[in-house]
Amino acid sequence: MFTGMALAIVGGFFSYVFRMQMAFPGMNVPGWGLVTPADYNMLVTNHGAIMIFWVAMPVLIAAFGNYLIPLMIGADDMVFPKINRLSYQIFLLSAVVLFVSFFVDGGGSAGAWTMYPPLMSKDEYSLTGTGSSVFLVAIALEFVAFLLGGINFVTTAMNARAPGMRYQDIPIVVWMIVIATVVFMASVGPLVAGAIMMLFDQQLGTAFFDPNRGGDPILWQHLFWFFGHPEVYVVLLPATGITAEIITVFSRKKLFAYMTVVNTAIATGILSFLVWAHHQFVAGIDPRMANIFTVTTLIISIPVAEMMFVYIATLYGGSITLATPMLWALGFIFTFLIGGVTGIFLGASGADIYLHDTYFVLAHFHYTFFPIAIIGAFAGITFWFPKMFGRHMNETLGKIHFWGTFFGFNELFIPLFITGVLGDHRRIFDYSNFPELTTPMMDGMRQFATISLIVMLGFQLVFLYNFLTSLVWGRKAEKNPWLANTLEWTTDSPPPHGNWPELPTVYRGPYEYSVPDRKDDFWPQNVPS
Amino acid sequence: MPTGRLAVWWIIASEIVIFGGLLASYVMYRLAHDAFAEQAAHTNTWIGAFNTFVLLTSSLSAVLAHQAADAGDGPKAARLLQYTMGGGLIFITVKAFEWTSEIQHGFTIASNTFWSFYYTAAGIHAAHVIAGVVIMGFVANTARRNLELQRVELIGLYWHFVDIVWIFLFPLLYIAK
Repeated sequence: MFTGMALAIVGGFFSYVFRMQMAFPGMNVPGWGLVTPADYNMLVTNHGAIMIFWVAMPVLIAAFGNYLIPLMIGADDMVFPKINRLSYQIFLLSAVVLFVSFFVDGGGSAGAWTMYPPLMSKDEYSLTGTGSSVFLVAIALEFVAFLLGGINFVTTAMNARAPGMRYQDIPIVVWMIVIATVVFMASVGPLVAGAIMMLFDQQLGTAFFDPNRGGDPILWQHLFWFFGHPEVYVVLLPATGITAEIITVFSRKKLFAYMTVVNTAIATGILSFLVWAHHQFVAGIDPRMANIFTVTTLIISIPVAEMMFVYIATLYGGSITLATPMLWALGFIFTFLIGGVTGIFLGASGADIYLHDTYFVLAHFHYTFFPIAIIGAFAGITFWFPKMFGRHMNETLGKIHFWGTFFGFNELFIPLFITGVLGDHRRIFDYSNFPELTTPMMDGMRQFATISLIVMLGFQLVFLYNFLTSLVWGRKAEKNPWLANTLEWTTDSPPPHGNWPELPTVYRGPYEYSVPDRKDDFWPQNVPS
Repeated sequence: MPTGRLAVWWIIASEIVIFGGLLASYVMYRLAHDAFAEQAAHTNTWIGAFNTFVLLTSSLSAVLAHQAADAGDGPKAARLLQYTMGGGLIFITVKAFEWTSEIQHGFTIASNTFWSFYYTAAGIHAAHVIAGVVIMGFVANTARRNLELQRVELIGLYWHFVDIVWIFLFPLLYIAK
């Protein structure tokens, strides 16, 4: 988690540099200097790649998975602790290799995080040379780390549950992490194969993606998005799981339709494999294919919307406490709904052909990824902090951080929806060349967005301060500060080695809150009836 | 299901999708380009067939080793695993000669898309064979001392998977001319 947070700082810094260039073209960016077009491409490429592969995945799946799965299913540890360590070491190595890619001849990869050929496969287009190859190696190592970790997650959740814990007693976040892991493992293979092919194209002179010599650049898009789109759900599911845990605890209500959420998540996982070609509506695919992918893309909004309705139904009539984790959970629902609704436009091939690769798309996926990765992570960190470190975070600072981030984020991306519809295209270094895009209004919105970003990044310092000072001086946390039911709250904070002196026995599902005729409004899973 | 076996099945599942992506790409190209057939005519079906025979036979001793391990006879399981390793080594040696001859005839990985797929797919498969032989060495070593006998089955599962991948590669790369 700490590694992921450190990399988030790098990714956030990159976004600051290129947003400054967008808002004030040609200016010396404080902390970086003059941004050249090559710098710009390198920055956007690595911002995207770092945030998705080195922040969202390690924090939401690896960190929370490793921490929560054994604690919430009542196991003393993961079933393969050595594989666990190896997986982290390979992940760390992948981050080191990524940093090496910035310093090799020609600089870091600049072929965009989607790595489309020929930009990525041919040095003469991206001008980065070795950087792209080193970048691919870093990605490959990162995937190996996750495959190893994933095997451990799924096996642990299947085989190491506490006595009495049936599948329908597993907390929702564990379900979500496991389903996400399976989706990852089933989708990443084609991209691993594609990455090897791309590396060979760069280094050995093969021509998998070179149309002049019998290859096909569109093949890469299929291999990439066959992984890339399910990847959205890979990080989405754990974040929705975290949200579910928090909402039920802070509204003191049973999670509405628990098994339905699980089944819905499985359905989302399966459907996520059937939507990838909506990224290729403008790549010249057969319109009949485009229709099919339009339909599947629209269908997947049903289970995802259902999850959101379940959360709202859980809130309904609950006795709600607006503690910091709950604010993040509600913020997740609010922002993710905007992300989901704008996705409907892009899923329809007709609208997508107009909006493709504009800032509308960019704003849409930030409205999905930001709640998933950043809000989800903050929700989880603030919720489990007392368990992880045995101390509370400061609530006031937590709330300041939430509101600053929440408003900063919305002010950053709402203008970008508008500039996108008005014609701002992604990956343009300097709009000064396009008079119709440099009206005072457009310039103003870009600058407003950039300033909002800086404000939002500034509020992250509040979080860092809160996090670090609470580690040392925070109020001591008891075993179960939120009065929650799941097993992790029944052991000491922080949990000792082996988690419990003696493994707990489970008697009921995880969400028995406000049960009539009980004195307490919660009923931990390990308390006999 | 025992934890170890479950984990190996998950490894195999994730490997299947890696080979799946590569082979699906190959099949799409093969269907779109008739020129592949012409190129495939330069591969040596007899050598491929011989290697198929060696690899499939090596799985037999892996199964017998599993049986011996189940019966608690570690030394016998170790000996049988060595036969399997021998099969793997023969496979790799033959492949080395085959590739040398093909490269000498001017068919390199950069020649054209068919040969790119040929070397990439067979190369990744060969890397799995080598990894399997090495791991099997460790497993045989502990099994000889009657330790960790359940691992004999696990490495066997992996070896069968490597076999099955080859069963797909052989017709796709050698026979479909």
